[in-house]
Amino acid sequence: MLVSLNWLKEYVEIDGISPEELADKVTRSGIEVDNVEYVAENSSNVVIGYVESCEKHPNADKLNLCQVDVGEEKLQIICGAPNVSQGQKVAVAKPGAVLPGNFKIKRAKLRGIESNGMICSLQELGFDEKHIAKEYAEGIFVFPEDAPVGESVEPLLNSTDAILEFDLTPNRADCLSMLGVAYEVGALLDKPVNLPSEEVHAGEEKAADYISVKVEDEKLNPYYGAFVIKDVEIKPSPLWMRNYLLAAGIRPINNVVDITNYVLLEYGQPLHAFDYDRLNSKEIVVRTAKQDETIVTLDDVERTLNPENLVITNGQEPVALAGVMGGANSEVTSDTKNILLEAAYFDSVSVRKTVKATGLRSESSTRFEKGIDPNRVKHAGLRACHLLEKYAGGKVLEGVVEFDTLDRSEKEVDIDTETINNRLGTDISSDEIAKILERLQFNFDRNEDRFKVYAPSRRGDITIFEDMLEEVARIYGYDNLPFTLPTGTATAGGLTKRQLLRRAVKNYLEGVGLLETRTYSLTSEAYIQKLVSNEVKTLNPEPISLAMPMSEDHKYLRLSILPELLKTVSYNLARNQYNLSYYEIGSIFVTNEKDLTKQPDEQLRLSGVLTGKWLEHLWQMENKKVDFYLVKGIVEGLFEHLELPLTVNQAQLSYMHPGRTASLMLNGKEIGFMGQLHPALEKEMDLKETYVFDINMETVLEEHHHEPSYTQIPRYPSVTRDIAFVLDNDVHAGVVQATISEVGAPLVKQVNVFDLYKGENLPEGKKSVAYNLLYQDPEKTLVDEEVEKSYQEIIQAVNEKYNAYVRS
Amino acid sequence: MQEQLKAIQQEALAKVQEVNNLKELQAIKVSYLGKKGSLTQVLRGMGKLSPEERPIVGEVANQVREAITNAIEEKNTTLENAALEEKLQAEAIDVTLPGRPTKVGGPHLLTKVIEEIEDLFIGMGFEVREGPEVETDYFNFEALNLPKNHPARDMQDSFYITNELLLRTHTSPVQARTMKEYKGEKAFKMICPGKVYRRDTDDATHSHQFTQIEGLFVDKDVKMSDLKGILNLFAKKMFGEERNIRLRPSFFPFTEPSVEMDISCKVCQGEGCSVCKGTGWIEILGAGMVHPKVLEMGGYDPKVYSGFAFGMGPERIAMLKYGVNDIRQFYLNDSRFLKQFHQA
Repeated sequence: MLVSLNWLKEYVEIDGISPEELADKVTRSGIEVDNVEYVAENSSNVVIGYVESCEKHPNADKLNLCQVDVGEEKLQIICGAPNVSQGQKVAVAKPGAVLPGNFKIKRAKLRGIESNGMICSLQELGFDEKHIAKEYAEGIFVFPEDAPVGESVEPLLNSTDAILEFDLTPNRADCLSMLGVAYEVGALLDKPVNLPSEEVHAGEEKAADYISVKVEDEKLNPYYGAFVIKDVEIKPSPLWMRNYLLAAGIRPINNVVDITNYVLLEYGQPLHAFDYDRLNSKEIVVRTAKQDETIVTLDDVERTLNPENLVITNGQEPVALAGVMGGANSEVTSDTKNILLEAAYFDSVSVRKTVKATGLRSESSTRFEKGIDPNRVKHAGLRACHLLEKYAGGKVLEGVVEFDTLDRSEKEVDIDTETINNRLGTDISSDEIAKILERLQFNFDRNEDRFKVYAPSRRGDITIFEDMLEEVARIYGYDNLPFTLPTGTATAGGLTKRQLLRRAVKNYLEGVGLLETRTYSLTSEAYIQKLVSNEVKTLNPEPISLAMPMSEDHKYLRLSILPELLKTVSYNLARNQYNLSYYEIGSIFVTNEKDLTKQPDEQLRLSGVLTGKWLEHLWQMENKKVDFYLVKGIVEGLFEHLELPLTVNQAQLSYMHPGRTASLMLNGKEIGFMGQLHPALEKEMDLKETYVFDINMETVLEEHHHEPSYTQIPRYPSVTRDIAFVLDNDVHAGVVQATISEVGAPLVKQVNVFDLYKGENLPEGKKSVAYNLLYQDPEKTLVDEEVEKSYQEIIQAVNEKYNAYVRS
Repeated sequence: MQEQLKAIQQEALAKVQEVNNLKELQAIKVSYLGKKGSLTQVLRGMGKLSPEERPIVGEVANQVREAITNAIEEKNTTLENAALEEKLQAEAIDVTLPGRPTKVGGPHLLTKVIEEIEDLFIGMGFEVREGPEVETDYFNFEALNLPKNHPARDMQDSFYITNELLLRTHTSPVQARTMKEYKGEKAFKMICPGKVYRRDTDDATHSHQFTQIEGLFVDKDVKMSDLKGILNLFAKKMFGEERNIRLRPSFFPFTEPSVEMDISCKVCQGEGCSVCKGTGWIEILGAGMVHPKVLEMGGYDPKVYSGFAFGMGPERIAMLKYGVNDIRQFYLNDSRFLKQFHQA
C-alpha cells in the first residue's frame, strides 16, 4: 500500500513530524514501511503562468516564442515543447529558479531572441515517470483553467508529497485503505480521525424504479448495493484526485473511474461503475457462472468460467466477474450518461478461486481476498455518490437498492490487566490500558481492571485475547518490555546419541581431508535411478515426483545423493578445480507406493566423491592421485573410528566400473558401496577418473553400540613374522588374509598386507602377496616353537585352500 | 729416571698439541699410556729403584700420566666438538621449503552456522529435534493455524506431491510434532534445524531449497519478556556483545503476538549505512508467543501453558555474518567457496 502523506493529512493531523520519523514510528509499532519516496525532487521559484500568446520563433522551426503572464510581470519565453499553445496555464521557472539537478534558470538568448525563463515539463520538475499522467509524458504540463496565475506550482502538482510504502502483513488488510492508515497513525500519534463527507442531494426519482437486485447465494454475496446516478459528464477528474491516484500507483482515466478507484483507496471498499444504459436490463442477478460460460473482461480478454466463479449478470449474461473485474459489455465510456454503481461484499474464498482460475488480480480482488470492513460497504457507495455529484455533475437517485444479509457485528474480547502483565512480563496499569484502547479508537466497557473490548469491524484480525494482547503491547512499545529469562521448569539441553554420532562422523571425514557439501534434494528424471545402492533397490523404490515441478532439473526426490553431488564435481571441473574430495550427509526418500498415500521413509545416507590429486603442491614426492585404495582407506578408517566391523566385497552395480566396485557390509547387512564410476558415466557427466562411496547411515547409527572399556595392556612381548604367498591372480588377498586370521587365532592378533608383486620371477597368472603377522599371548612370553607351529599350520591351510605356496 | 719421565711428558704433550684427528689422538694415547706405551715401559723400571726413590719417582710418574691423560681428553673433546660441528653444518636444510601437506577438510558454511546456533541454545537448555522433510498437510499447515484455504498455503508457494503430502515449507511442523509427542504435559525447550523447500525461482536472494532453525519453549507462565531475554542473549553471543536487539510487530499464523527481531547494524554501529538500508538495524528472525490454537492442537491447554517460538534462516545469518552475497553459493559447492570457511 502506497500512502501519500498529503492525502493522509485529510484524515489525521501529522504536522510537525517528518516522513522519515513517521515511517520509523509506524515500523516500530505496527507495519513495516519499506520505503519513503518523494513525488518530485526539490525545485524553487516555479509558478503558474498564463500563455498570452504563442508564435513561431522567426529563426527556428521547432521553437515557439511565448508571452507568459506570471502575475507580477510578463515574461518572454522561448519554448520547444510540441504541445505549448496560447491560452494554456503552464509551469514557469522564472529566472533565478533552481530545478532538480541544481539546474539554474538564467536569462538567455536563443537564436537571437531573448528568453526569460522556461516552461517546464514534469520531468524537468523532477517527477518520476510513474507520477506523470500519460497525456503529459511528452511535452509540458497544462494546468486546469482555474489555476491561480503567479502562485507556486507545488500545491497543485502535489510535488512536495512524500509516499510511504507499507509492507502489509496479511492480518492488516485494514491498512489497504487511507482511513485504516489514518486510524493506525492516529493511534500512534494520539490524534483523532476526521471522516470524509458522504453528503448526497438525492432527487425525487428512486433508484428502485431503475433497478432490482437478486442474489442467489447469500454466503458468497451477503451484501449487494446498487446506486443509480444519472446525467454524469465524463471528463478528467480534478487535478488533486489525479495526483493522489498517481501517488498511490493508479493511472487516472476519467472522473467516474477515478472516483471509484479513489474511494477504493480511501475506504478499502472496491466499487464498480456500470454504464446503466449498456446493461440493457433493469435487473442485477448475482449467481455462480455456468460451466464454460464466457465473459470479455475490461482488458478485452475472453474468460471461460466455471461454477466456482461468481458473476454479476443483467439477468441474462454476465456483466462482471464479481470482485475481480468488470465486463467490456457494460464498461463506462466517454459517451456514458447514466451509471449503476455497485458496492458489494463478496466472499474472500470465492474471489480467490476466481483469481486463481483466471489469473486476474486487481486492486479490488486483493481487498476482497483479504477481507473488507462490512460497515464501510454502503458508506463507500455514498461517498462515491457524493464525489460523482460534485465532480461529474451526476444526479444521485433516491435510495440504494440492496440485498443485505451482512453480519456487521463487532467482536467482543475480554481482557484484564493481570493476564496482560503476566503474558508480557510488564507492569502496565489499567489506566494505561484504557488510554491505549482510546488511542486505537476501540469501544470498551471497563470494570476496574477488566475490560470488554468491542473490536471495530475494520479490524477483522482481532478476535481473541491474544490479538488484544498484541494491540496493547505494540502501542505500549516492545522497547518497553523488560529483558527476563525463564524461571520455570529446568530442562537439560543437548544432542541425542544419533546427533552426536553424526557429528563424530562429520568430524572424522573432515579430519581426514573431506569438504562437506550441500546439494539439492530434488533431481531430474535422467538421474533419479542412477547410482542407487543395491540395498535400496531391494526395497523396490518408486521415484517420487512433485505434482507441479518448477523445472525438469528439480522434479524427483532423490534416491541417492551421488548424482547431484557429481553435478557439483562437473561444475568445479568446468572451472578448473580438478582436485576434489567431497562428502555429504542427507536424506533420500524411499517408498514402494506408486501413488503416495503416506510419508516415504527418509533414509539418512553418507556419500562421498573424490577425484584428481589427493595432495597438491608436493615437492620431491609423487603427486598422489586419488585411487580405489585411498578411498577404501577413508571408509575403513571411519568404521574403525566407530568400532564397527566392515566387510568389503567385490561387487557389480550399474554406472560403476565393473572391476573396481565393492559392496560394503556391516554385521551381515549390505550398507552401501564404493568404487570407481563407470568410464561411460564419467564421460557422460564430463568427469575425470572419479571414485565414490555411499553408505546407509541409518544402519550405521543402529549398529553402533560402542561403549569403550579398558583392556589390560599386554605385559609380554609380541613376535612378528612375515610371509609371502604366491597365489593365482584371481584369488583375493582379503580372503587369504581372513584365512590366516582364522587359522592363526588366538595367537595371531593382526594380519597386514605389506606387499603385492606381479611380474618377473613369477609364473604367468600368479601374484605374490606378502603379509605381516603379529603374534601375542596375553598370559605369557611366547616361545619359538608355538609361533613356528602356528606359522606352519597357516602355510598348510593356505596351501590347501588356495593352491598357494610360500615364495622363498 | 725423573728426567726420562719429564722428557716423555714433554714429547707427548707436544704430539697431542699437534694432532688434529681423533684416530691419531687414539694412536698417541696407545703409544704412551697403552700396555706397550713408552710411559708404561718406563714405569716398569720402577722396581729397580730404591725404596727411598720409589715414592718420589712414583709421584712424578703419576703427575706425568695425569698430565698426558688430561691433555688427551681435552684434545679429544675439542676434536669431537669440531667433528660434530662439521656434521651439523653438513646436515643443514632449507627450512623455508614447504612442509609435506596433510589434507584438510571442513564443514559447509551452513553447517558451521547451524552447529554454532545449536550449541548456543543447547547451552540455554534447549534440545535439538528433527522432523521429516516430506510432511503431511496437517503438520505443515493445519496444526499451525493455517487452515485449508488460507492464502499462505497456496499451491503456487509449495511443492506438493499429493493433495495431502508436500515438501515442508518451514521447520515449524517439528513444533507441532514435538507438542504431540510430549502429550500436553511436559514443559520443554527445543530447536529444530533442517531443510525446507518453497516454489521460488533460484536467484541471488531466493533458493527453492534452504534451511531454517526454529525454536519453541512451552511451560507454565512463559512471558514475552522471556522471549526478549533469550533472543537478546542469542544475538549477543552470535553477533557480538556490543549488538543490541529490537522487536517490531509482525504477523505469523502460529504466533500471537508476532514480532520480527532486528539487531543493530555492525557495519555502521546503528548510524545507518547501505548494508542496513540506512535504518541502523538488520532483520534477523521472526518470533512470537505461541498462538493458543497451536497450543490447543498440540494438546496443551492454553489457559495453563504458554510459550514462545522463533525461526531464523541460517543462509541469511551466514550472508550477514560472512558477507556472502548470493544464496546460490551455498548449493553450488564451488570448492573455492567451500575452502573459505573450513578453518576453525
